[in-house]
Amino acid sequence: MNKLKIILNGITKENPTFVLLLGMCPTLGTTTSAENGMGMGLATMFVLICSNIVISLIKNIIPDKVRIPAFIVIIATFVTVLEMCMKAYVPALYSSLGLFIPLIVVNCIVLGRAESFAAKHGWFDSLLDGLGIGIGFTLALTLLGALREFLGTGKIFNMTLFPENYGILIFILAPGAFIALGYLIVIVNKLKSNKQ
Amino acid sequence: MAKTESTFLNMVLVLTIICIIVGTILGGVYKLTEAPIAKAEKAKQEKAIKDVAPDFDNDPIAEQYTHELYAGTNENMILTIFPAKKNGILVGAAVESLTRKGFGGEISIMVGFNADGSIRNYQVLKHAETPGLGSKMQEWFRTDKNHQSILGLNPGKGEMKVSKDGGNIDAITAATISSRAFIDAIQNAYRAFMGEPDVHSAASPKANQNKEEKK
Repeated sequence: MNKLKIILNGITKENPTFVLLLGMCPTLGTTTSAENGMGMGLATMFVLICSNIVISLIKNIIPDKVRIPAFIVIIATFVTVLEMCMKAYVPALYSSLGLFIPLIVVNCIVLGRAESFAAKHGWFDSLLDGLGIGIGFTLALTLLGALREFLGTGKIFNMTLFPENYGILIFILAPGAFIALGYLIVIVNKLKSNKQ
Repeated sequence: MAKTESTFLNMVLVLTIICIIVGTILGGVYKLTEAPIAKAEKAKQEKAIKDVAPDFDNDPIAEQYTHELYAGTNENMILTIFPAKKNGILVGAAVESLTRKGFGGEISIMVGFNADGSIRNYQVLKHAETPGLGSKMQEWFRTDKNHQSILGLNPGKGEMKVSKDGGNIDAITAATISSRAFIDAIQNAYRAFMGEPDVHSAASPKANQNKEEKK
């Protein structure tokens, strides 16, 4: 059950977006629609899992004083590999997320998990942690993207629920991202305090 | 395995080794994806040409040529024209046009013209306009509603302008800058297609034409 706990930990107790508040830049930037949010979440999850595994495997070889540059190089490699593969095989998704893919390198979630989890645990636990955090991030981004898309254009995953003309434009723009994220965090905190 | 000590030699060694391995991996992946990336980009270009240009039976990509606009200024741009021919006769062209006047910087559009210079269709290739506002241009200017559509218009007969600037094209609601930039890209495409050397010599006869029409 301990393994399951690691995964659940990333989705609920240490949800990167709603609880840890890490990686806000891609969170706010890519969630203009549910589809973009989900794509970004999945891309980050891929990098997170790969970098967590590799870092936990070679953590003993890397001297402590240069661990941050070493981690960054490893993370950057996976991001670049991901970028080239997306460009080659899913150009449509790449064109809508293109700008934000390189930003995964500096996403604090990835480095944060490498530093706080992968550097201290075995490779399998690190894989599960990457998976859990990745799922948590993806869910959060999809939720935020769906909310913004719904309020702003009346659609969810491009399915029209109400006419676009009645959409609240600001939710598609940057300020709307802050507002929507703020309210989602309020709701999450409320649910959490109710539980306790 | 014991943890590697943070001595100078160790640090240099480990970082060097990591970089060599990483470099090899990246090089390999680059080689692997090079061909598919080029193919995907070519397919995208081909599709855009097919979408906008009139029916053709030649190979527009092979016959492409370039035309420079605003030469000598820091606004200069080189546009690519893909001529569309049927049975050897020029029936129109697709022009890969751009403008730097967009709200989010550069906008790149593939514009299709008939032989007489009227706009047949267009396809937005790349833009960084505000999602939900300026990004609507992909559909907006071909929707046949009020004065939104630019299809069938001929930029040579009267300058195209958004209604806010005294023209007859409805701009995207709340995105006038994007709309102006879009029209600008269309005009650039037209100039390149017609082979007009620069704006100043092209603009004056057009302005005169405008006045005459208004009379």
